[in-house]
Amino acid sequence: MTQTVLTGEKKTDTHPVDALLRADRLPHILCPGCGIGTAMHCIVHAMAESGIDRDKHVCVSGIGCSGRVAGYIDVDSYHTTHGRAIPFAVGIAVQNPELAVTVVSGDGDLTAIGGNHLIHAARRNIDLNVICINNFNYGMTGGQAGPTTPLNAQSSTTPYGCWDRPFNLPHLAHAVGAPFVARWTVLHVRQLKDAILRAMQKPGFCFIEVISPCPTNYGKFNNIGSGLEEMESYRRRCVVDHDANLADIEIDLGQEDSPIVVGNFIDVDREPFRPILAGPVREEKPHAAWAGLRKTQFVEDKNGPE
Amino acid sequence: MTSSEIRHREPLDIATARVPRGQVYIIPERCKGCDFCIVFCPVDILVFSTDINAKGYHFPIVAHGKEDACTHCGFCDLLCPELAIYTEDLNALEQEAEGDTD
Ligand SMILES: Cc1ncc(C[n+]2csc(CCOP(=O)(O)OP(=O)(O)O)c2C)c(N)n1
Ligand code: SF4
Ligand code: SF4
Ligand code: SF4
Ligand SMILES: [Mg+2]
Repeated sequence: MTQTVLTGEKKTDTHPVDALLRADRLPHILCPGCGIGTAMHCIVHAMAESGIDRDKHVCVSGIGCSGRVAGYIDVDSYHTTHGRAIPFAVGIAVQNPELAVTVVSGDGDLTAIGGNHLIHAARRNIDLNVICINNFNYGMTGGQAGPTTPLNAQSSTTPYGCWDRPFNLPHLAHAVGAPFVARWTVLHVRQLKDAILRAMQKPGFCFIEVISPCPTNYGKFNNIGSGLEEMESYRRRCVVDHDANLADIEIDLGQEDSPIVVGNFIDVDREPFRPILAGPVREEKPHAAWAGLRKTQFVEDKNGPE
Repeated sequence: MTSSEIRHREPLDIATARVPRGQVYIIPERCKGCDFCIVFCPVDILVFSTDINAKGYHFPIVAHGKEDACTHCGFCDLLCPELAIYTEDLNALEQEAEGDTD
């Protein structure tokens, strides 16, 4: 067989996953070194691999930098009001149990103003995949402290350091009944994509915390020079422990010697919410094998016969 | 064992395994120069261009002398927040091309 001689990179203007994105809106508005784009990339790959029809995927976001994600993913998507992504998503998921509804939003949106919706949707085990992009602050509005801002961290509203204890999100989600709970960083792209895939296939309330750099705000206030610097700290500090005791995995971002524990912590069977008048709940989908994503595959998906 | 020894340990099937070869594609106008792909490429083949794109960012290119070293692991692709880089499996493409001529 003749071996092609490689001459280095080739320049182009489209990406294989563009078929699942509103590519005319790229480059997106997110800052250089922001991790939200990587999380979005993992979500889109998981959607492509899920074996679930594009027409059956729904993406719902609230408001914030993380909330922009729904605007870029080209499935039926809803950019809702601040904190209310989950109530919108509950309406969609309950009305049409065939849909795979993925909520993508920020730590502020989902756990501060939207915190009540989060705990009750988990308690009722509504069939949702909730991806909470945790950058430890309100990125979009200028770096205010929120419920995940680590103890002693600086922010635009905590110039003397944050004195409130942060949420330990996996512990919270587990305590209120979520049958699938995971935490990854945007450096763990493969594990994150696989966790999202699992959530898309599993009926019930699946919660994934995604740790992500915000160099522009969280980084600026806390002496982290760039998104890259934060990513390198994940490489040094992350410990994968699927069996971790969730009460012990609070994140102390400012403490270099304290580990960031990541993993797929909880995956148990629990009867999903099913209103008496609605049809049957969505069936568990078999896992589509990793097929090696290729440009042609996506283009065919998009333009294939209706 | 040091971590560099672990990284360079010899796989048991090294004689028979065929390492994939990747063709790197870059979308310069999307890149915001975050450096993720360059720093985290496991075989360290990417460097910043001296050219800049319309927004003024240097984007990644394959380093001189490393044109044949991409293993199509796909890490740079999934890691890029801007969807500005990806690779294709050259071995598979070549096999496809052979099949076409038969
Ligand atoms: C009802 C309401 N209150 C406040 C705001 C202002 N606001 C916009 S985004 C945001 C917080 C965003 O933080 P987060 O959800 O963590 O997203 P990030 O930008 O960090 O990704 C706030 C408070 C708003 N848009 N609507
Ligand atoms: S402000 Fe922070 S979260 Fe928002 S786009 Fe910039 S880096 Fe990302
Ligand atoms: S595919 Fe892997 S080996 Fe090739 S450039 Fe990207 S990170 Fe490096
Ligand atoms: S990861 Fe993407 S945006 Fe960052 S430098 Fe590489 S190509 Fe550019
Ligand atoms: Mg935030």
